[in-house]
Amino acid sequence: MRTTIPIGPYHPLLEEPELFRVVVEGEKIVDIDWRTSWNHRSIEKLAESKTYDQVIFLVERVCGICSTSHPIAFCNAVEDLANIEIPERARYIRSIVAELERIHSHLLWFGLAGHYIGYHTVWMWAWRYRELVCNLFEQISGNRQSYAMMKIGGTRQDIKEEDYSRILKTMDELEPKVNMFIGAVLDDPVLLARLKGVGKLSKEDAIKWCTVGPVARSAGIDVDIRRDYPYAAYDRVDWKVIVQEDGDVLAMAVVRLLEILESIKIIRQCVEKMPQGPIAVEVPEIPPGEGIGVEEAPRGECFHYVRSDGTNCPARLKIRAPSYVNIPCFRSRFIGERVADIIIILASVDPCYCCTNRMMRIDDGTGERTLTEKDLLKLSWEKTERIKNKFKGCSRSKLLE
Amino acid sequence: MGNNNHRLSGIKKWGFKKSPWVFHLSTGSCNNCDIEILDAVTPRFDLERFGILLVGTPRHADILLVTGVVTVQALPRLLHVYEQAAKPCMVVAIGACACSCGIFDGGYHVVGPVDKIIPVDVYIPGCPPKPEAIISGVVKALAKL
Repeated sequence: MRTTIPIGPYHPLLEEPELFRVVVEGEKIVDIDWRTSWNHRSIEKLAESKTYDQVIFLVERVCGICSTSHPIAFCNAVEDLANIEIPERARYIRSIVAELERIHSHLLWFGLAGHYIGYHTVWMWAWRYRELVCNLFEQISGNRQSYAMMKIGGTRQDIKEEDYSRILKTMDELEPKVNMFIGAVLDDPVLLARLKGVGKLSKEDAIKWCTVGPVARSAGIDVDIRRDYPYAAYDRVDWKVIVQEDGDVLAMAVVRLLEILESIKIIRQCVEKMPQGPIAVEVPEIPPGEGIGVEEAPRGECFHYVRSDGTNCPARLKIRAPSYVNIPCFRSRFIGERVADIIIILASVDPCYCCTNRMMRIDDGTGERTLTEKDLLKLSWEKTERIKNKFKGCSRSKLLE
Repeated sequence: MGNNNHRLSGIKKWGFKKSPWVFHLSTGSCNNCDIEILDAVTPRFDLERFGILLVGTPRHADILLVTGVVTVQALPRLLHVYEQAAKPCMVVAIGACACSCGIFDGGYHVVGPVDKIIPVDVYIPGCPPKPEAIISGVVKALAKL
């Protein structure tokens, strides 16, 4: 017998509104469907009514967790459009901020994943060490999240020299903790039994479903925008792309944890090599044309396309957020799995639903509708009204005939 | 919209004040405020020491924490959740979007701020408000009892 389990849109497990319909036969999952857009805020359309400088603040709010990835991708797109070369110091600052964000995002994910499989201590610990990064952000940018550091042609704020030591000190504090987490995950027999082989994504499927970021890298695809299309200062420092072969939930956890160590490495080198100089260049009038900007967000490739018509507002902004391409791979990963594993597989791609709410649904073409009590009452009243109108003006005797 | 009139007395007031349970509802936020709410229950801020507990259903909740602008698609859900919550129920609007639409004002999928739809007791501005601000807001909500 088939049963449909709806998860969402307001569900205790999901902090964002999202609806998954999981079809099960007994314990086995046979199908999954996904509904979205409770969070759609019409950002692309709003961007057309804002100036380039204002759009940066708007795209920062596409997603609260990757709140520097979208501005960097947008700035890359506009700099590509207007052929702006940003100063060397701005490149290093961009790299530091982006990598700090990756650390906080991966720790956040790791904590939530621990919570989902019943390791609440992991949740509390990971979020506690994430606070170190939030404190650092508060010191260098003034805000714990939504840092407003990016600007077309450079960065809005400088990282002061007295903050260097604080950054390095935080990294020194964080590194042993991350190593501890890695040891805890790889040595725990319960975790291995729980996560290994669960929600497997084969390399072919990863390519077929166009996955990006840590999800693709955990399935053996060696892809990273930071290396393949270098922006900021990534081609000036030494680091490596983490790739795992298995494609299961464990591999995704390992990729993210090892990436934190790489990020720490990048930040240390950036702080050491940070050149002196201006942090931004004068931006000329934005000429008509098109520009593309990519950025490796914590969840994968973040893509922005900007078209300009020569005015001070973009004529079109197109955003492709990483979660939007990662979520469809659920279809190949869920089928055949058990009900108890639903939540950890959902969490394993680190989905950010705010990024993925792309449209306003007017008619989904399936003819499927959910009628609430109000709709049924309305239909009933309308029918009575129609009959009333039909008999309007008729005498009682005629009606009875 | 006018504020709710929460007049409680005796043991009800004591129970409400000593252990308010909160339900978090995102009607169109960007995740920032949601993360900060979760942050407030993790070790550094640890809201649970005040008896404040994040619960999974509005039926158990004393306080609704609403984040984000209200979108067209989330509007019926917001009303549904508000109807389900046991009264008296405090509503706290968290973040610039929930208070005044913020940067998303004028979007075609945006209905308006939360207080256009349901009565709001406490507004916590900020983008995102810091966990300290959220705690202070919840305390102010309790002081209104």
